[in-house]
Amino acid sequence: MSEALLRVSKLAVHYGDLVGIAEVSFEVEEGAVVALLGANGAGKTTTLNALAGLVRASGGTILWRGERIEERSAHEIVARGIALAPEGWRLFVQQTVEQNLRLGATALAERARLAPLLERVFSLFPRLAERRRQSAGTLSGGERQMLAVGRALMSDPKLLMLDEPSLGLAPSVVDTMYETLGRLSAAGLTLLIAEQSMELALEIADRATVLQTGRTVLSGTAREIAENPDLHRAYLGAAF
Amino acid sequence: MILLQLAADGLLLGAVYALFSSGLTLIWGMMNVINFAHGDFVMLAMYVAFFAFTLLKIGPIFFVPLAAMALFGLGVLVYVALVRHVMRGPMLAQILSTFGLALFLRYAALWAFSANFVSLPDNLVGGVYQLGGIRLSASHLLAGGTALVLTLGMHLVLTRTDLGSRMLAVSEDRVAASLVGIRAERMQALAWGLGAAATGVAGGLIVLFFYVSPEVGNAFTLLAFVTVCLGGFGSVPGALIAGLLIGVIESFSAYWLGPATKDVVVFALFVVLLWVRPQGLLGRA
Ligand SMILES: Nc1ncnc2c1ncn2[C@@H]1O[C@H](COP(=O)(O)OP(=O)(O)OP(=O)(O)O)[C@@H](O)[C@H]1O
Ligand SMILES: [Mg+2]
Repeated sequence: MSEALLRVSKLAVHYGDLVGIAEVSFEVEEGAVVALLGANGAGKTTTLNALAGLVRASGGTILWRGERIEERSAHEIVARGIALAPEGWRLFVQQTVEQNLRLGATALAERARLAPLLERVFSLFPRLAERRRQSAGTLSGGERQMLAVGRALMSDPKLLMLDEPSLGLAPSVVDTMYETLGRLSAAGLTLLIAEQSMELALEIADRATVLQTGRTVLSGTAREIAENPDLHRAYLGAAF
Repeated sequence: MILLQLAADGLLLGAVYALFSSGLTLIWGMMNVINFAHGDFVMLAMYVAFFAFTLLKIGPIFFVPLAAMALFGLGVLVYVALVRHVMRGPMLAQILSTFGLALFLRYAALWAFSANFVSLPDNLVGGVYQLGGIRLSASHLLAGGTALVLTLGMHLVLTRTDLGSRMLAVSEDRVAASLVGIRAERMQALAWGLGAAATGVAGGLIVLFFYVSPEVGNAFTLLAFVTVCLGGFGSVPGALIAGLLIGVIESFSAYWLGPATKDVVVFALFVVLLWVRPQGLLGRA
């Protein structure tokens, strides 16, 4: 069996005395689209933030292409090819669209690759090209989402992680974004997408992992998960 | 004519105020820490320049960059050894730490250099230029011109380069900055280095026409505060305009009301302006 690109084993994160996640385990194969599902507070954001090096793991391991990275800081992780479009996007709102994108390429070893990467983002999101000199703080919600994804792509990651790309956006905007993610996946990019809305995520995903109060409760192919009666129980208390 | 003369003198001095104040505003903008030792940095730079001249026999072309480098090093050291640690503590600890640093530097200077006033020879940068009836001394021209160019240069670096963009990114959102691969602590150390280097250049220029003693830092700290408040915290163009304005106000009030009252006028106008516009001239509300 081939070694997975990313292997998360019994990952735990504590916020002081509070438990963020207790025991999260899953794998991401190269080229796959994996959905990380769960209700409010299930631990999706905490998991992605731990993978990105924003919060420190208090237990468990993260294996990235055979290397343990759970002790690494964020700037080391993005340099290894893992990028996150974080919850709430966290754009640099006082700077222009282009500056945000250039900042996304900070970890890039060869600066010569910045221009072609910028072109790739602009061809994926022509709206951003039109607004390249506009301040990020003046963008609409959909454009902010594009910029967050574009900024993450500027580090030329092998794995792109997205934290609720559909949150707070109009359905048509969400559809466009998922189409773009589909194109990125078809081009070979590995995706890890945290979503509350399981219909959306399961449509694009090959595999899915379901979290419930900080633990992995289900893992399997997208079809298995979609048809599993336990899925809805995992969402019990969620708003649908 | 006298009005033009006073304005020119004020602008040249004000440019130097703007330079060291933009160092203070840069440090504040990056990490919301006020450096109460800022004026004492200027004082140290003046001593560096003074001793570089008297002991090493080197002129301003060399001692100004030397003072800038020395203060850059001091700024980075202060960040790494002190500020980085107290940042995690309560607000009061942050305030008291740089306040304590100011006292430490002042008394260290007192111990090392004694309380005596010293100064460089008047004619070190000699000569007076006539410009349409205005007399401009070469030392003030050199100081004002250099300070103006460097302050504008700092503004351009912060707004037009990838480095400046990264520094601004850290000040906007440290977490997002680390996510794109920026080492936030390096940028903050650099801000302290550059902010202190600005005092280094300013001190090396001021010493051309001003005496040095361990106590001079006090006045410069106050001036930098007033300039930064007036210009708006975190704004380098604001510090530039405010610095020039204060230089001119000082120059006029010293002429009309006597040298002793110039500070009273500056502070009075400062209080009035903050009452009308608390965020400063170019600050965000
Ligand atoms: N900074 C924090 N300090 C303390 N507790 C936190 C913090 N961030 C998250 N938590 C807790 O950790 C648990 C997991 O939260 P997390 O944000 O990872 O969930 P989520 O699945 O992303 O939820 P949502 O769908 O609402 O975004 C929750 O119980 C939450 O209250
Ligand atoms: Mg979340």
